[in-house]
Amino acid sequence: MPAVQETIEQVKSIDVTEYKYGFVTEVEVDKPAKGLTEDTVRYISSRKNEPEWMLEWRLDAFRRWKTMTEPTWSRVHYPPIDYQDLYYYAAPKKGASPKSLDEVDPAILETYKKLGIPLREQEILAGVQPENRVAVDAVFDSVSVVTTFKKELAEAGVIFCSISEAIQEHPELVKKYLASVVPVTDNYFATLNSAVFTDGSFVYVPKGVRCPMELSTYFRINEQNTGQFERTLIIADEGAYVSYLEGCTAPKRDENQLHAAVVELIALDDAEIKYSTVQNWFPGDAEGKGGIYNFVTKRGDCRGRNSKISWTQVETGSAITWKYPSCILRGDGSRGEFYSIAVSNGMQQVDSGTKMLHLGRNTTSKIIAKGIAAGKSDSTYRGMVSAHRKAIGARNFTNCDSLLIGDQCGAHTVPYIEAKTATAVFEHEATTSKIGEDQLFYCQQRGLSEEEAVALIVNGFVKEVLQQLPMEFAVEAQKLITISLEGSVG
Amino acid sequence: MAIVTPLKTAAEQALVQQFANVKAELPGGNAVRKLREDAFAGFEAKGLPHRRLESWRYTDLRGLLRDAKPLAGQPAITPEIAERLAALKLDGIRLVLVDGAFAAELSTLEGLPEGVTVNALADALVSPREDLTRILSGPGVSADDSGLMLNTALMRDGVMVEIAEGVELETPIAIVSLVSGVEEQAVYSRSVVLFGKGAKGTVVEVSEAAGPKAAQINGALVIETGDETEVQHVRIVTRHAAESVQVQSLLATVGAQARFDSFALVCNSGTVRQQHFVRYAGEHSEVGLRGVSLLGGQEHSDVTLIVDHEVPHGTSRELFKSIIGGEGTGVFQGKVIVRPHAQKTDGGMKSNALLLNDGATMFNKPELEIFADDVVCGHGATVAQIDGEQLFYLMARGLPRPQAEALVLQAFAGEAVEFVADENLRVLIMSEVEAWLGEREAHAVVSAI
Repeated sequence: MPAVQETIEQVKSIDVTEYKYGFVTEVEVDKPAKGLTEDTVRYISSRKNEPEWMLEWRLDAFRRWKTMTEPTWSRVHYPPIDYQDLYYYAAPKKGASPKSLDEVDPAILETYKKLGIPLREQEILAGVQPENRVAVDAVFDSVSVVTTFKKELAEAGVIFCSISEAIQEHPELVKKYLASVVPVTDNYFATLNSAVFTDGSFVYVPKGVRCPMELSTYFRINEQNTGQFERTLIIADEGAYVSYLEGCTAPKRDENQLHAAVVELIALDDAEIKYSTVQNWFPGDAEGKGGIYNFVTKRGDCRGRNSKISWTQVETGSAITWKYPSCILRGDGSRGEFYSIAVSNGMQQVDSGTKMLHLGRNTTSKIIAKGIAAGKSDSTYRGMVSAHRKAIGARNFTNCDSLLIGDQCGAHTVPYIEAKTATAVFEHEATTSKIGEDQLFYCQQRGLSEEEAVALIVNGFVKEVLQQLPMEFAVEAQKLITISLEGSVG
Repeated sequence: MAIVTPLKTAAEQALVQQFANVKAELPGGNAVRKLREDAFAGFEAKGLPHRRLESWRYTDLRGLLRDAKPLAGQPAITPEIAERLAALKLDGIRLVLVDGAFAAELSTLEGLPEGVTVNALADALVSPREDLTRILSGPGVSADDSGLMLNTALMRDGVMVEIAEGVELETPIAIVSLVSGVEEQAVYSRSVVLFGKGAKGTVVEVSEAAGPKAAQINGALVIETGDETEVQHVRIVTRHAAESVQVQSLLATVGAQARFDSFALVCNSGTVRQQHFVRYAGEHSEVGLRGVSLLGGQEHSDVTLIVDHEVPHGTSRELFKSIIGGEGTGVFQGKVIVRPHAQKTDGGMKSNALLLNDGATMFNKPELEIFADDVVCGHGATVAQIDGEQLFYLMARGLPRPQAEALVLQAFAGEAVEFVADENLRVLIMSEVEAWLGEREAHAVVSAI
């Protein structure tokens, strides 16, 4: 496997526990005073020139949020968050809605260049085959700075823009679908997001259209003390197909930053959405100082017959991860998939998993979750598979495996399997183990160092999930996993 | 976030009243009295377990207990009780509890093997034994269960059995707990069985009702096994009124290089919540927890277990089978905890359920909580119907469908039963399983005609 060779090279070239995206970009930003009041919500809404209905919607969410309490059921520990000590909006002063890349602050472009995110279409066109092209929506702190390939996508009928733009230009679609999968009051963080969400991506793929390229959003938290509240809405109309990928990084900072996103996917009849995440937020340093709190609500609704939603996630970053990308299998014959790799090292805490709610007939779902815990980290898989009384013929297969590296980490599995119809067939299996000494021995005997051997074994362990990622990102993800486990051996 | 649960239901208020009325006359010295007071204070703070508590998610005791039945008084030895006892196919030592009180006259106390002592729990509670409260408290992981707290506060009687070092029991010790069922009542009992170092034996727990009136039963069995012991525990819960609600706790502490196996059968018993709490007190021990639940009608069977690997080199195996028909509900919640220093733990947990018809429900929650790295732990859970291919195979050989189903189900349950080492007990359990299947089959044949 050539990629493994690449991984080994990568290991060699990198300093131990180095987070390579930890730099800060100096740009002038525009942000309101700290804290969260109705005025903050109004400020955000007015900065975005939002219509009245949107402001009302936000205010309603904000009022409801004030009556809610933070959930505590997950296996993560963190000091109480002071929601009044955060900035809820930060936008680069220049180029908040640029006409072309030339209007974007060069410092931001430089940032994306450093991150390896291609924003200049011509550059991509010059070097890459057309079928490998990726359209990117880049979100910097609270705003979307640029979306590439818009024109070409528009020719195919695909709408790919920032959600702020969609609110202006496609209000009928936004009104129809926003919060139709994750209700405003779904949970504490989703409600908070509804009140103060700043930007994110909007995708609409019309009937029968197969989106001509991969879509991608790149999230970057740059400012200090800033929460990022993004909102993504993807709709695949009848027979449509779209593959979407998000990536995330943040500078190294001593304080914890909050990221509370909501992602909603809607697949109508025969539509398919493939959603991949490579999450590499700053995980904090070795002592657990700093890092992102990643409290995210992601849910897909297989609303139509024979629709399919597939989640693939590679989680290597964040101090705390709290996310459960789920599928509501409402349409008859719909299918949900969840492939996940969660790698935790240092003091990271991961509580992640999925929910597969079988409502329609002959719905199927598959869950493959691989957790790798090293250092002093804690990794929990928490998942639910349930079949409603009318979900005749529901079928699920779940496999969650955990790998422990080092004796101070923890791996936990909390699955809920609920069947209310006799025709459901649910299978669940989980294992936890450490890397086999015989496997290590075998590799080392053939001349690999211990660290190389671990990298090789881990790559084998997660291969099943990596295969689900679009090719370009699979290589990236593999490197990321290796880097995340740096320093965990020996 | 603390869940605020004021004692607001009628049952909870009645329990407070009941405890106030009887606490002075409940047996026990000062230490036991304090244990009761603390447990009840804990109960008052938490209230009856309800579905918002994770460990009671699927069995809402607060909702199920619409009222608190009067506490059982002096037991009435009815002819039905004598009948039930005569029908029991159990040999060996028989210790009988009627409505939670030890009935020495119905028990076989003569000819106890050497090294075996039996006392009524009520007597043991007033003994000056120093380790009594420690023994009664059981594994630490049971400490915050308010169902068990109620038992601790209100336990009136039971038996305390001690098996001395090195004693190998040839026949099982059976603790037969019968409720008279003449009136609706609440029964709180607890028994304790202590195995000394190197002892071997089998403890059978039978919970049955002799009469038709529903009971609220809250029973607990404490088993403490010394080092190098081999202990088998078998529990059979059957023949209870459909409206009866019972909580059966097993508090097991297992010594080093010991083997502890438990098997539980639940059928024809209304609502049954079993909770197993197991702690490893020493290294290199093996624990096996298994069970079969056969459910129909509106029956509800909950098996919740916490296996706490506190020390290295522990092995645990769990296997639970549920066969659910009618509008029955099966629950399996298993949690295996591996503490930070419990290296070389080997854990395997499995729950299989067959749903016989629509209307049946199964909730599975097999949990792993692992803090040590050098472990091998796994769990599996399945929910499905009877395999069509297996049925086809049998029917192609001439078996009518009801019989073919019964055969498949019998084999399904048998996979767990076969771990019971004692052959007589295995036969007894299988005869209960077959009787249940026979009834179902007869019903199926009638409805087919």
